[in-house]
Amino acid sequence: MTTAAISTRDIRRSFGDLIAVDGVDLDVQRGEIYGFLGPNGAGKSTLVRMLCTLILPTSGKASVLGLDVVSDDDAIRRRIGVALQEAALDDNQSGRELLDIQGRLYGLTGSEIADRITQIGDLVDQGALDRRLGEYSGGMRRRLDLAACLLHSPELVFLDEPTTGLDPASRAAVWEEIRRLNESGTTIFLTTQYLEEADELADRVGIIAKGKLVAEDTPAVLKRQVGDDRVVVQLATDAGAIRAAHAVGAVPEVNGVDVNGCEMVVATAEGASAIGPIAVALDGADVKVEGLTMRTPTLDDVFLTLTGERTGYEADQHESDPTADGQPDAATNSGASSGRSQA
Amino acid sequence: MTTSTTTAEVASRTTSFLSDLMTIAKRAVRQIPREPEVIAPALFIPVFFFVVYLGSLQDITEATQPDGFDFKAFQLPVAIVFAVTGVSRAASLVTDIQTGYFDRLLISPVRRLPLLLGLMVADFVLVCSLCIPVLLLGFVLGVDFATGPLGVVAFVLMGGLWGLAFTGFPYAIALRTGNPAAVNSSFLLFFPFAFLTTSQVPKDAMTGWLSTIATYNPLTYLLDGMRALVTEGWDWGAIGGGLLAIAAVAMVSMTLAFSALRGRVTRA
Repeated sequence: MTTAAISTRDIRRSFGDLIAVDGVDLDVQRGEIYGFLGPNGAGKSTLVRMLCTLILPTSGKASVLGLDVVSDDDAIRRRIGVALQEAALDDNQSGRELLDIQGRLYGLTGSEIADRITQIGDLVDQGALDRRLGEYSGGMRRRLDLAACLLHSPELVFLDEPTTGLDPASRAAVWEEIRRLNESGTTIFLTTQYLEEADELADRVGIIAKGKLVAEDTPAVLKRQVGDDRVVVQLATDAGAIRAAHAVGAVPEVNGVDVNGCEMVVATAEGASAIGPIAVALDGADVKVEGLTMRTPTLDDVFLTLTGERTGYEADQHESDPTADGQPDAATNSGASSGRSQA
Repeated sequence: MTTSTTTAEVASRTTSFLSDLMTIAKRAVRQIPREPEVIAPALFIPVFFFVVYLGSLQDITEATQPDGFDFKAFQLPVAIVFAVTGVSRAASLVTDIQTGYFDRLLISPVRRLPLLLGLMVADFVLVCSLCIPVLLLGFVLGVDFATGPLGVVAFVLMGGLWGLAFTGFPYAIALRTGNPAAVNSSFLLFFPFAFLTTSQVPKDAMTGWLSTIATYNPLTYLLDGMRALVTEGWDWGAIGGGLLAIAAVAMVSMTLAFSALRGRVTRA
């Protein structure tokens, strides 16, 4: 338990009758970017709040940087940086004031804080530092939040959905900073529901569903486990989707069909040879097809295969954080997979 | 992204209690002028009541009191108490709780006690500042201090300490509920304290039941002490009574507030 950046054994957290985290075992190595993936309400934020010492586990063991989350909370706080799901900023402060307070709380001197603000560079908009945070855009707020959590050079950084709601440019800037930070030796624990983000950044990925860790490995291995190619069918309307799914499901080369609105994802061992019979089956089902493409598996497919749920990625939803006021995040499971069916 | 973050240059180090307190207090003090909506009512209400009471009660009260009774001097402490009672950063604290800023602080290694004490430092600065314009109005209307300039300082300090003692109630509500409406309703506590006492007429002019309640209202003794500074001089009996009244209210309110803080910051 002492060498890993994060280690948990059978960690659980309940809120009344609701089990938000249900016996998770994790080992995150130092210097690693660990992607923690799950849909809304899966338990990601609850686990982060336990690891960053905001709430206690109901049972089980957890250590952060070799320190026990229950008894060594003060020491842990000094050595970690945390950017929670919502960028918690005070709109009446300027960016510089927020960073100054943050630095002072970690014992940094005024000149050290000024140096760090310069080092953090483009992550904070230097020209806007003296403006009130109420005037900041969502992207600027998120980046400033990230900068604040890095100010004291933490060894381990928890990023709870750091790019949710950001525009592509801001997202790319945050990704670049995460990579750069990791290259300098900082361990990153990244929760996300963006599969692309985990695929892009994480050395290893853990997938949580309904409070349980259902898979954990490198993105490449996880995708290999799913194995099959994917043929993606874009239907003109969702009216005949179920009929089309049954028709395609009857094709011998097809191993599975997932329908999500007008999109149908067909799993097949040999995409190139199956695409013809699939097209014929669709024609026979009398549905209008707007597009037919083939691709290799993504983490989305991994997630769907393992949990039977989508992550909510397409809807660009973000997980609310009700544990902040004492409510379990499992209670907010939005049912992102509603409206889809599998054949 | 042209520059990088590194982990080598600086590292967090242990802070002192005073450093934590000053960091939290500095932010809270800086917020005061940025929220004029908090200051404006605290200035308007005492000035309004001071002027209205003088207009409506001065003649009749002075006619029923011994010669030399100065109703303006009698009312000045009331105006000060109206200015400082219930003024606090509790509403901002609720905002911090709701926005997650309070969690940001809890994730940092800051000691927990300064999270509330720092706000109270700002409150003390604010309530003492609020005393000054009311005091100036009193001087303009001709109020003199029997205790001189030192008495003026003592007068402001007593007002400030009373204001500070009272802040425990809204903070307790803020920390227990995290609800802005509940914090706003804590203003209701002000009324029994402020009106079931000698705020309008001297105690000997009150009817029986009100006189009895006023006897048990700590504000009665605070007003006696502050009035002594204005009209009688260094009457340590009255001043001591006022300080004891402040201490009694502070003991109750601060017990509630710090117990609520413990509940809020204790990991469950």
